[in-house]
Amino acid sequence: MISLTSPIETRAHHWSAGLKLGLLCATTLGLFFVESLIFHSVFLLGVIALYAMPGKAFFISGWQHLKMLWPFILVVAVWHLWTQEFALGATIIIRMVAAVALANLVTMTTRLSDMIEVVRFLARPFARLGLNTRALELSIALVIRMTPVLVSKGQSLSWAWKARSNKRSGWRVILPFTVLALDDADHVAEALRARGGLTNMEKK
Amino acid sequence: MEKNLTYTALFAALIAALGLVPKITLAFGVPITAQSMGIMLCGTILGAKRGGLAVLLFLLLVALGLPLLSGGRGGLGLFVSASGGFLIGWPIAAFVTGLIVEKWRSASLAVVSTVASILGGIVVMYVFGIAGMAIVLKKSLPDAAMLTMAFIPGDIVKAVIAGLLTSAIAKARPASVLSRAA
Repeated sequence: MISLTSPIETRAHHWSAGLKLGLLCATTLGLFFVESLIFHSVFLLGVIALYAMPGKAFFISGWQHLKMLWPFILVVAVWHLWTQEFALGATIIIRMVAAVALANLVTMTTRLSDMIEVVRFLARPFARLGLNTRALELSIALVIRMTPVLVSKGQSLSWAWKARSNKRSGWRVILPFTVLALDDADHVAEALRARGGLTNMEKK
Repeated sequence: MEKNLTYTALFAALIAALGLVPKITLAFGVPITAQSMGIMLCGTILGAKRGGLAVLLFLLLVALGLPLLSGGRGGLGLFVSASGGFLIGWPIAAFVTGLIVEKWRSASLAVVSTVASILGGIVVMYVFGIAGMAIVLKKSLPDAAMLTMAFIPGDIVKAVIAGLLTSAIAKARPASVLSRAA
């Protein structure tokens, strides 16, 4: 499965993922305490400049990820045109776009393996409280492995439906689909147990 | 133990796969996706704890940058966008849904699951979603609530389907409905 990390290497790809995430948290929190339209506009321009630095292809793919915001922008714009609070509306829109763009920037410049490393680091204190961190890592791997498997099974189910009916399958294939997922879960559990199970992993 | 882990992981994968089911558009133009039905099913089938964990696991992978949300969306930006509150409410929604199914055993599973999906998957989820929207869009809570009302009918349809599916799954694979096991 392809992660949303940009294949275009930037300098930020080599920065520590923990540092990027920490800065992102602090900056995003800060953005919600400032009300100045000028501040937010300058900040957004800065974020746009960061997107532009690695080149055109990076900028365009960043733009694609932001398109999902347009319904919210439209709602806020219409709302504040109606109430005539133009500055407030502009601040809200600019702040939301900047916050989402900055977070996406971290996602685009951080590899999945680096992110998982951060999760492992953050989970470490919980290991003392009894959390099985290996189980957590195994579940992450299982989801990444099984999602494409389930997707292809779902596709076969809807093809089987289409071969027999000219109507759309809609929600009706979800029943056999869920049953297939449950059976897979049983099989994978058995396979894990046959290989020594989770307790064996803890001993290593 | 292994079963708990694989059920949690497989349901996280199921939520992702349901994101690929094409959207159905209601009569008045509001799109509904199957993904939030996956959240309800996590609760009704896996129960409170495992259901909540499955949804948490799914969100963790979204936050790590995998494009698992409907429409191939993913990444950290989603959590700070106007609909981020809904995502944050998802694990709690699954937990509450599961808790109701675990505790309320006097009525038929289909009815219990539908009611649990409405209380957990709609009421709880919208509380978080509306709060998130109010913060990001700087609206009062009633104003933010008004902006989300168009999605309620679709979610009620999903809750009813989730209830029917749960009772059908209980017939097909009784041992797999962990919310009612033991």
